[in-house]
Amino acid sequence: MRSNMEGNYRALSVLIRAHVLKMSHHAHSSHVGTALSAADLLAVLYGNVLRVDPARPDWPDRDRFILSKGHGCASLYAVLVERGFFPKEWLESYGQDGSHLFEHITHHGVPGVEASTGSLGHGLPIGCGMALAGRRDSRSYRIFVMLSDGECDEGSTWEAVLFAPHHRLDNLVAIVDHNKLQAFGKVKEVLDLEPLADKWRAFNWAVREIDGHDFVQIEKVLSSIPFEPGRPSCIIAHTIKGKGVSFMENQLAWHYKSPNDEQLHQALDELGVTK
Amino acid sequence: MRTAFINALCEIAEEDERVWFLTGDLGFSVLERFYNRFPERYVNVGVAEQNMTGIAAGLALAGKIVFTYSIANFPTLRCVEQIRNDVCYHNANVKIVAVGGGLVYGAQGVTHHGTEDLAIMRALPNMMVVAPGDPVEAALATRAIVERPGPCYLRLGRAGEPIVHQTPPDFRIGKAITVREGSDVTLIATGGMLYNTMQAGEQLTQQGVQGRVLSMHTIKPLDTGAVLAAAQETDAIMTIEEHSIIGGLGSAVAEVLAGTDSKKALFRRFALPDEYLKDVGSQEYLWRKNSLSVEQIANRILEEYRSIKGSK
Repeated sequence: MRSNMEGNYRALSVLIRAHVLKMSHHAHSSHVGTALSAADLLAVLYGNVLRVDPARPDWPDRDRFILSKGHGCASLYAVLVERGFFPKEWLESYGQDGSHLFEHITHHGVPGVEASTGSLGHGLPIGCGMALAGRRDSRSYRIFVMLSDGECDEGSTWEAVLFAPHHRLDNLVAIVDHNKLQAFGKVKEVLDLEPLADKWRAFNWAVREIDGHDFVQIEKVLSSIPFEPGRPSCIIAHTIKGKGVSFMENQLAWHYKSPNDEQLHQALDELGVTK
Repeated sequence: MRTAFINALCEIAEEDERVWFLTGDLGFSVLERFYNRFPERYVNVGVAEQNMTGIAAGLALAGKIVFTYSIANFPTLRCVEQIRNDVCYHNANVKIVAVGGGLVYGAQGVTHHGTEDLAIMRALPNMMVVAPGDPVEAALATRAIVERPGPCYLRLGRAGEPIVHQTPPDFRIGKAITVREGSDVTLIATGGMLYNTMQAGEQLTQQGVQGRVLSMHTIKPLDTGAVLAAAQETDAIMTIEEHSIIGGLGSAVAEVLAGTDSKKALFRRFALPDEYLKDVGSQEYLWRKNSLSVEQIANRILEEYRSIKGSK
């Protein structure tokens, strides 16, 4: 990878994280940890991979990105702003009276958002439908669905995992943001998913595991879609909940808390951002 | 109704490339006629109604008109959150079809009794709810719901119901069909209860009571005008449905009547009790057990009507 691309991704991911922290601070909103774990993946997706056009959010041939872990929406709103889909000012009112932006990802009135989610286990079935339509219409667009690991508890997720390979939907990509924490604690302790990659393989997906914070690995894997012709692609991205802010990393509390003034200051400091 | 529906849909799919059909692995020996003609727009998703509904939303968001199909509660209650969030919230052009509404699957058991579907589907914003009264209405409804974009629940009966309409009626979404004129009492029926209600109307005539029969094939949006006219023009309104007493046609009509100042007309609801049925038996048997046979409907209406006439 050209080093300037890596620098671009890093710069975009810092902007995303800074927005997320400010939004959570301002709105006193939860789910900051899950927004941060996905930031690097989103930086590469929206920085280089997705064929989208902010001037034409309804462009029929666009790639579709569905955030199935809808509670992590702050980072998606942030990257959509950075790509120019809607004004930066919208982020300032996130979750507040009269805002455009709910605290679970919402399509209504928000350009660039393909699907509203918030209840887990809904994104991959919708993605399967879009993938079927794209193939039937001989269009070249791809569908990327980002799931949480906790969301892999949902039966509806596995219904779709079973469906996509049977229909050879190689225009469909599932990205599991595997940050190892869910609402009550460690995924391993709540409901163990391991061996997670083997489960997807057993359902006939082409699976790759990456470090979800390594831009070289992220770009490489997202540039290799489909991994195998005729199969949907699954990326298990090993991530860290709260990534980028030392006192938030791997801390369950940041599934619920929002940063106070001092914590925001410290967090932005660590990111090298002046408030 | 099932046959009328699938035949109508095949015609529509011939004209409109956007029409897709998804089934949750039910409809054996019925759906083949669609599959054989449009295999590339037919998917048996397997026994997975949540996924089916999400897929339908995804297809619809990509420009398709998507029918989902299964029996009784499977395409509705099993996946009600997918219907709410994926279909209705996105105002996706998905038409949910259930065969076996009401007590069609009588002896199959309570799991197969579709008796709360109208209430639950009716509560969802953007959702249109249609329950045709006979095979003629079923065919017309199929075309009408395709012409009107957005989410819809189409509740069908079974195969081989008696024909009520000897000539095709003027079928419009949200407009009740006056199947029979009458000025004493208004009988409002939905779905498969239309035939029983028509027969009950005949019996009332023999007793000197003129029953107006309305086919309220659209539960939502409800034809409030027809309800208010009935309240003005006749002495009593009776709703007849193969559905729980809670939340269906009777409730919808009651909501209209409660919002009007005119309380002239007597109002009674014929529906299933708020309980799981304990009796085992056919649809006809369960009708009798729950006072929905032709004779029971006619007798109760007569009783109610005579009580108000006697008291006036």
